[in-house]
Amino acid sequence: MNLLIQQTVNGLTLGSIYCLVALGLTLIYGIMEVPNFAHGHLYMVGGYVTFFMMTLYGLNYWVSAIISGIVLAVLGVLLERLVFNPMRNSPSSNKFIAAVGAMMFLEASARVLWGSDFRSIPAIYDNVVVMGGVRLTEQRLIIIAGAVILMVALYVFIKHTMIGSTIEAMAQNRDGASLVGIDVNRVAMLTFAVASILASAAASLAGPIFLVYPGMGSLIIMKAFVIIVIGGMGSIPGAVLGSFILGLTESLGATYLSSNYKDVVAFAILVLILSIKPSGLFAKGAR
Amino acid sequence: MLDGMKKSNAKLIAYGVLSVVAIAFPFISPNRYYLTVVTLGFIYAIAVYGLNLIVGYLGQLSLAQAGFFGLGAYVSGLLSLKLHLSFWISLPMAAVVTTLVALLVGLISFRTRGHYFVIFTLCIGVIINLVIEKWDDLTGGVRGLIGIPRPTSIGPIDFISLESQYYLVLLFLSLTIFVMSRIASSLVGRTFKSIHNSEELAATLGINVMRNKLLAFGIAAFFTGIAGALFAGYIRFIGPDISNPHLTFELLLFLLIGGQATIAGPLVGTLIATGLTESLQFMQEYRMVVFGALLIIIVKFFPGGLVGAAMKLKTKIEKRMNKANKSEDALSKGENHAAKNRGFN
Repeated sequence: MNLLIQQTVNGLTLGSIYCLVALGLTLIYGIMEVPNFAHGHLYMVGGYVTFFMMTLYGLNYWVSAIISGIVLAVLGVLLERLVFNPMRNSPSSNKFIAAVGAMMFLEASARVLWGSDFRSIPAIYDNVVVMGGVRLTEQRLIIIAGAVILMVALYVFIKHTMIGSTIEAMAQNRDGASLVGIDVNRVAMLTFAVASILASAAASLAGPIFLVYPGMGSLIIMKAFVIIVIGGMGSIPGAVLGSFILGLTESLGATYLSSNYKDVVAFAILVLILSIKPSGLFAKGAR
Repeated sequence: MLDGMKKSNAKLIAYGVLSVVAIAFPFISPNRYYLTVVTLGFIYAIAVYGLNLIVGYLGQLSLAQAGFFGLGAYVSGLLSLKLHLSFWISLPMAAVVTTLVALLVGLISFRTRGHYFVIFTLCIGVIINLVIEKWDDLTGGVRGLIGIPRPTSIGPIDFISLESQYYLVLLFLSLTIFVMSRIASSLVGRTFKSIHNSEELAATLGINVMRNKLLAFGIAAFFTGIAGALFAGYIRFIGPDISNPHLTFELLLFLLIGGQATIAGPLVGTLIATGLTESLQFMQEYRMVVFGALLIIIVKFFPGGLVGAAMKLKTKIEKRMNKANKSEDALSKGENHAAKNRGFN
């Protein structure tokens, strides 16, 4: 029983990380119909920035995470301006290829700049908390709490601020939003900034438990794609739900089925779902 | 009429020159290293031709190709290593297995469209990659398969020397190009293109879209499987890395550099990109930085690749020359007219 609870908490931790990455991906997709393949690599850069802020400059964990968020917001906007904005009228497969190019570029740059070593963000919250017979490190609780806080913040930002609601307006109806005077370019940049901040937050939170290395974005971006396909591309509640479904399935699957094949689970779920329902579980009118 | 004959003659001559160069290459190549690089390039080119059929002609971005490449390599490698089958049995088996898997994948994946299709095929590629990596008992896991036998000799012809392996790969490449150019100029190829342009329109014209997509996907996987088997027999060591989606992205890069939906594109792109890679060895690490940026620039500014750009340039020059000819004609006609007029006066 304890094992089950333990693994459920681990699943929630994993789901929280996935969630922050997938939310950004689905936001960008909702606004620009761009499958941002490079998003996982923004997550990777975020991890590195936090790592270097802490180890090179000796900054506090939280300060480092905030700096990392700011750096990533700038990087996200740059990506939008340099790669996706010029491609906005291209066929969708070309956008995909451009995103792949951006991904290769970021990963290779990280290798050149920082080497291929695995690094770990110094853990400062590695005390073990015992709750009802279940042992947890503080960091796992921080990950879950951090993800929940960011999700609520995102919700408030989109639903209750003027500037945030332009994102939702644009996602719902591009022409309509332009018609009432919303600047398409500004919303696109804003969305990339917000999504990149979420990715960097995910990396900062996950860094002390998982490792930081140039290829760390590859697997998570594919899982994030699986999640947003499950949840319906462009849907925010779908992304949250999908993340936790995937996180829990992986962690319980690893315990009770086979830890060797745990990464296959995500992709097998996707294949299964698309086989039965080619447009995803919660597709919103898309085919 | 005459023009057409001239054109086909020019094409024949071009093909002739190219084949002579290709056949003579082992003798003119200054060192054996180039030969190795070109042979490997030819193997990748076969896989890129497969990708070209799907991406260039059919217009569906499939990201499962490295998975199929790995599948072909492992099927062939395992059959010849563990069951001691002849290369000439394991190669066709690799092609058949890869095709069957692709048809199965296609049956499901072609029910999805657009981004869903891309993501779906990517996931298939990842699954194949992960299964190869994790199925330790069969595939050797991350250690890979070591000591795969060379292609079995046929009668007096063996494939021990580098030159003979080069010719073996060249033979398969020529066959691939021949089949692909036949497909491109046939009704089937035009059907693929019509699906590329508009699935709805194609369906309205009575084209069975699903069946044609499956056909293209199957043919592409067939050649990708062959490329994989050739790779296994040539390199003789394979690891799970060859089925990694990164290889798909590289194949895609080769295709885009050369030019999609052209017959020369895959070969041109692959040779140039692998050549560049080899000459950029000293900056190995920066290679992907350059290629990543290159991919974005190509897809934005030269979606037709090198061959596409060359063809555009050619039609532009031809147009200009035609115009010049016509204006000259008009000029001389005008003069005649003027002369006549003068005569009348």
